[in-house]
Amino acid sequence: MNKKTALITFLLFLGITPIWLVAQPIEMADTMRSEGKIYVVVAIVLVIFAGLIGYLFILDRKITRIEKKLPSKKD
Amino acid sequence: MKPWLKVLATLLLLYTIVAGFLFDVPRLNIVNETIRALYFHVPMWFGMVVLFLVSTVYSIQYLRGPSIEKDIYAVEFANTGLLLGLLGIVTGMIWANYTWGSPWHGDPKQNGAAISLLVYLAYFVLRGSVENEDQRARLSAVYNIFAFAAMIPLIFVIPRMTSSMHPGSGGNPGFNMYDLDSKMRMVFYPAVAGWILLGVWIASLRIRVRIIDEKIQNLENE
Repeated sequence: MNKKTALITFLLFLGITPIWLVAQPIEMADTMRSEGKIYVVVAIVLVIFAGLIGYLFILDRKITRIEKKLPSKKD
Repeated sequence: MKPWLKVLATLLLLYTIVAGFLFDVPRLNIVNETIRALYFHVPMWFGMVVLFLVSTVYSIQYLRGPSIEKDIYAVEFANTGLLLGLLGIVTGMIWANYTWGSPWHGDPKQNGAAISLLVYLAYFVLRGSVENEDQRARLSAVYNIFAFAAMIPLIFVIPRMTSSMHPGSGGNPGFNMYDLDSKMRMVFYPAVAGWILLGVWIASLRIRVRIIDEKIQNLENE
């Protein structure tokens, strides 16, 4: 048993949990899980919005194509 | 509509969604996180009023010098404005359900908005009931101007004169009191601009389809 393990064992025995055992911030890619997973909602809304806007752009292009098919001047 | 405006609308709304959900907002009783609906519900009405205003301007222009295109512009702007208004009233009902206690509270602001929408619905009923094209365009242009004139007091004046729970009405301050730090303005103004631009874009697509339709009819009549 090395010194560090001995210290932890001793502290735990006293009913004290060393801080480095409790709050060990392990860095992970957890943006999407933080703040009540609000980022997931943002991602979903963004996907829907992107879909709708993309659809509008395509519709716009289609209308432009049809406009070009018609004779440019009235009659 | 210029292409860069469409891109601008897209960027503004992307910003609105991200910032609207994630940026800090004031902590308030009852309202809680629903204050974020400000970025989505209120711009519907701003958009509706702007589109109705444009529609009215085209109706006035039609009466000054009739042309089929001015009539098409007036109708399609009113049509898209009505869409935004309907979305505004439905989102308002959802919001009211969780902050005022019931979806329809008989609040002057709600009633005024509903009557305005009915007035504009009648515009389309009127158009549908006249066979002659010139007569339809002229009658509906006159009606459209009256509809806009009726909407202003219904939405902006009467709710301020009586007691209303809606922010910005009946002695209630607008949301200005909540964002003294201007944090919400940073999202709200871009949101309003973005939603208005989106409305104009949709209206412009409808107008172009109608003009194509008109041209095809002219070709067939030759």
